[in-house]
Amino acid sequence: MSRRIEPGRGEWAVRTEALTRHFGAVRAVEQLTLEVPTGTIFGFLGPNGAGKTTTIRLLLGLIAPTAGRAAVLGYDTRVQADAIRCNAGALLEYPGIYERLSAEDNLEFYGRAWRLPGAERRARIKELLVHMDLWERRRDSPTLWSRGMRQKLALARVLLHRPSIIFLDEPSAGLDPEGAVALGESLLALARREGVTVFLTTHNLGEAERLCDQLGIIRDGHLLTVGSPDEIRARAGGPRAEVRGRGFSAPLLERLGEQPGVLRADADAGCVRLELRDGAQVASLVRLLVTGGAEVEEVQRYRPSLEDAYLALVSAEP
Amino acid sequence: MMRDVGTVTWKEWQELMLPGGSLWGGAWSEALIVLGAMGVFIPLQVGPAWVQSPVAVCWLWLPLLQMTGMIAESIAGERERHTLETLLASRLPDEAILLGKLVAAVGYGWGLTVLSLLVGLVVVNLGHGAGQLLLYPAPIAAALLALSLAGGLLVAVVGVLVSARAPSVRQAYQRLSIALLLAFLPIFGTQYLAGGWLAPPTAARSDILVIVPMLLGVLFVADSCLLLIALRSFRRGGLGLD
Repeated sequence: MSRRIEPGRGEWAVRTEALTRHFGAVRAVEQLTLEVPTGTIFGFLGPNGAGKTTTIRLLLGLIAPTAGRAAVLGYDTRVQADAIRCNAGALLEYPGIYERLSAEDNLEFYGRAWRLPGAERRARIKELLVHMDLWERRRDSPTLWSRGMRQKLALARVLLHRPSIIFLDEPSAGLDPEGAVALGESLLALARREGVTVFLTTHNLGEAERLCDQLGIIRDGHLLTVGSPDEIRARAGGPRAEVRGRGFSAPLLERLGEQPGVLRADADAGCVRLELRDGAQVASLVRLLVTGGAEVEEVQRYRPSLEDAYLALVSAEP
Repeated sequence: MMRDVGTVTWKEWQELMLPGGSLWGGAWSEALIVLGAMGVFIPLQVGPAWVQSPVAVCWLWLPLLQMTGMIAESIAGERERHTLETLLASRLPDEAILLGKLVAAVGYGWGLTVLSLLVGLVVVNLGHGAGQLLLYPAPIAAALLALSLAGGLLVAVVGVLVSARAPSVRQAYQRLSIALLLAFLPIFGTQYLAGGWLAPPTAARSDILVIVPMLLGVLFVADSCLLLIALRSFRRGGLGLD
């Protein structure tokens, strides 16, 4: 784990092994074992207080683990945190913008901090501000800027030194839907173009599904599952159907539940919800309902969404 | 390392003197008040003794007090404005962040002192020179420069230590003001010393040769110890991210 590899060139950008962090009696992160492949966008999902921000702080070496270990870009977070921070960018819980500095000076400061040579620094600042549509406002103080503009400036700061990995802690929090989509697109375009690994925490499941190659779901410090959005959706079960209408009697529901393609049938307030096996025919089930005396108004067949899968995981009994 | 210190100092000065990239709203107004008091008003009141006796030593607290606002904000302000964690997530070493903030504060306080003393010199010559060029005698000039530098460093280091532990800028400022008041009480007391210590230039010069080196020795030891403590204790893990 602690062997040094070329930054960003190894197979895993992030590896943790039973990583644990307690704050007194609070178990913020518990036995977290995770691998994030280099060059991917990894989404870390979980309710508030699940341990997402603490995990990022641990990975950046800003706090020490209580137990376990972690490596980022091949560097051990306990003893090589400086090397991690040299090769990483981070947009944490807050944008971290200096309001007494102009937008350009904010980037100038961090460009100097990462020791970008003068000409390269100025060119990179211009490139990013133009890309973020902030070039015309570069001399403004960001004090009165919208949250979206500040987030874009913070994202420019994160990417300024061409890091091998970036950590983004809820980058779209507080943004309107258009702003969130625009920020996501900027992020995706830049991440793909520059080939960086992205470790992203978000509450926005649509954003996670759209942007991420892999997702991890954490609750109460415990990692519940890891996989691609499709894999996680699939783990929530097979196809489902919703039938709306009247006259769904208990014996009819019982017969429905006995059909070979049906795993489970529930009804409430004029709606029957069916969990189906792959390949089950909904038409024959509807026919069964109609011949059994029910009136069917609407039938909808669907796959569980990421939201269904997420809610099923985080609300399940531990 | 020095480059990183310079980077942090640059940022601190930009925030202090050119907020938002303009002169408007910078710390110039506060600096001008000190300059007006210590460079114009007091020297005019004191007259030639301002340059010929160690009386200016008694006013060195003024620019140092001016520093407290800046230094109280150094860490607590970053924490309060939610920029600290981003700063700590950068590649800048702990020592560079600490020293950069110290250099910026000391540079501001000491620069203001030197400027005030120079302006005071001009003002005394214009107001009381009577055709003669009055200059700070070398021992007094050296004492003023050395004491303000050592005193400034003391205020800055204490300030950073207080600021790093204070939950808010307000509390950091309050704690630092009390500490500074206690530290400068002996200096305020010198105003009530026998007039002979301050007035006759020759006697003052001989006293200064004894007292100032002793005082500088004490400040040097205090500065060194506190700087070592600050360098050892200023660590990312200990700055309240827990």
